[in-house]
Amino acid sequence: MKLENLFDALGGSEADTADALARLHRRLERDAERADLLDVGYRTLDTPLGSLLLAATPAGLVRVAYASEGHDAVLASLAEKVSPRILRAPARLDAAVREIDEYFTGSRTQFGLPLDLRLADGFRRQVIEHLSEIGYGHRESYAAVAAAIGHPRAVRAVGSACARNPLPLVIPCHRVVRTDGSIGQYVGGADAKQTLLTLEAA
Amino acid sequence: MRLQDVSVQPFEDVVAEYGPMVLRVCRAVLGPVDADDAWSETFLSAMRAYPGLDPAANVEAWLVTIAHRRAIDVGRAISRAPVPAEALPEQHTRSGSPATDDPDLWAALESLPDKQRRAVAYHHLAGLPHAEIAELLGNSPAAARRAAADGIKTLRRIYPKDNRS
Repeated sequence: MKLENLFDALGGSEADTADALARLHRRLERDAERADLLDVGYRTLDTPLGSLLLAATPAGLVRVAYASEGHDAVLASLAEKVSPRILRAPARLDAAVREIDEYFTGSRTQFGLPLDLRLADGFRRQVIEHLSEIGYGHRESYAAVAAAIGHPRAVRAVGSACARNPLPLVIPCHRVVRTDGSIGQYVGGADAKQTLLTLEAA
Repeated sequence: MRLQDVSVQPFEDVVAEYGPMVLRVCRAVLGPVDADDAWSETFLSAMRAYPGLDPAANVEAWLVTIAHRRAIDVGRAISRAPVPAEALPEQHTRSGSPATDDPDLWAALESLPDKQRRAVAYHHLAGLPHAEIAELLGNSPAAARRAAADGIKTLRRIYPKDNRS
């Protein structure tokens, strides 16, 4: 006789165990939220640009990441920089999902979500805050952004701050392009940037 | 909150990796219905303490320790009456068990003395060494080993389905 035979029954069938664990996970999400323990809640969202990772603290949306950034790596970085109390907790992202869906269908031109900008400080924060002022369908050059924040010679640094934008899409670094009119690089890839600019030009 | 520059994995990974094990342990110790409460209490407590956990700690043993305490709490809440733990055989048998519930198995586990049932669960389901189980049960490693062995012996005798293989 094998002990495994005896203990298999404790798990029930695999499907039932998966159901039970899914139910218990949802309960943990609610309990953790209620007990103020959910420092970071996240989910993924399928979009025309692939799977997006959305993560929020109690203060607001803290991170949006394309699949190319590696969602696991992004979560590990959040564990280090924000808190390891991280759960997949879709309910916290309901508003973000709604607004991003609306953005991709063209019915939303501005995001009204509370944002937690703690992952960008100093110069990067300055750049990020300026980007939020570039309206839907508009474009601004890296040089113009550098000038606007009072560091006209920091064009490359603006490019790097855009590349490290913790909230791409929601903070529109895709609207920053090269002075010669070419679109330049993007954290989600140049194709994704072109898609967004085309969407907004429609 | 964090000690030095060590990487701590997101708590979600801990839930994903150890959730099934903790559920089996809770089911073995408390039965299928009350296991849910014990599992929930275990992971909520663990999440609260998680940022302070020594990165070198054995996460499995840490969770079983929490589950052990939470299972005792849940067990107390269920029993209300101050009956010694060893005398609680029918306590956890309730309706509404999962469909796959095997009444023979639950009956067999419930018939074990509390320490034997826990020793079996912690050793055979969670993989804890007898020395760590002894700390949880408040006995010696030899006594913990004996409790697990006696429990398995009884289960082999009284759990009928097991004799087929």
